[in-house]
Amino acid sequence: MRIKKQKSEILEGDLTPMIDMTFQLIAFFMVLINFTQSETNDMVQLPDSALAKPPDSQLENLVIIHLGQDGTAVMNHTEVNYLGLRHYLDVEYYRIDVQTTDNPKQTTIVIRAHKAAKGGMVQELIQICQEAGFENFALRAEENINSAPKYITPLGG
Amino acid sequence: MKIRNTDGEGEKIELQMTPMIDIVFQLLVFFIMTFKIVAMEGDFNIRMPAAAPQAAPPDQMEFPPMKLYLSANEDGTLDGIRLNEESLPTIQHLNSRIQELIGTDGGPSRETAEIEVGFDYDLHYEWVIGAITAVSGTKDAHGNVVRLIEKIRFNTPESPNE
Repeated sequence: MRIKKQKSEILEGDLTPMIDMTFQLIAFFMVLINFTQSETNDMVQLPDSALAKPPDSQLENLVIIHLGQDGTAVMNHTEVNYLGLRHYLDVEYYRIDVQTTDNPKQTTIVIRAHKAAKGGMVQELIQICQEAGFENFALRAEENINSAPKYITPLGG
Repeated sequence: MKIRNTDGEGEKIELQMTPMIDIVFQLLVFFIMTFKIVAMEGDFNIRMPAAAPQAAPPDQMEFPPMKLYLSANEDGTLDGIRLNEESLPTIQHLNSRIQELIGTDGGPSRETAEIEVGFDYDLHYEWVIGAITAVSGTKDAHGNVVRLIEKIRFNTPESPNE
């Protein structure tokens, strides 16, 4: 039996639609990528609030303190129990006062506390910051899209 | 001058697509891996100087600051709410009561109203934020935020065993 010799041809697929789609995907992810994740900390799960809207203008002078459920605080990548933060706050106050033109009293301490952290720990943390000289505080919460705040009847009534 | 016809007349110039597609896919993988949906965050601002000079004793002030106290159960959940010695069953009631107080003509206006928030040491922070949300504003039927009390401060913390 005779087999016909087939002519060898290079099959060229049209790559244009695939490249179009790929570039569109890249553009989508580039636009949505969030580089502000340095402000977050995995140990903290923020409480949600219907009124927690992102501010219109970004706060300029701020110090972020993360407070975990067990009392671990993270400030400027330093992890320490929140009761031992005073030294680091003093250093931060001095740094803002001497090395920058900002007034440390105008600096906002942003407290990102875990939702199940004890409220008393947050109070004590604020008191420690006050003793270091800071006056402005911001309690951070997550925006609740369902806009249903914690309107649950307490057990004790 | 005569221009010679080149031999490759009519030939297709083929671009090397492989390196470009390699890079494009690497970029795509990078963005997919780093992509994370993060919920929007907002702040409740409170101004608390360490030793705030009080303008006048509370009984002489036109509108003394309201006092809110939240008590906790043993497991850190909310047990009860007390606003100026008035007991309120839920945070929603607190929100309604604050609206009544701020809305009345005889009461303090939104700018001057002040509230001091206190709570049991063990109360979970989410309940504190819930109460702060209730006193600082509400949402109307159209979803717009109506601000209530702007001056919020905490009282002096109690020790855990108190």
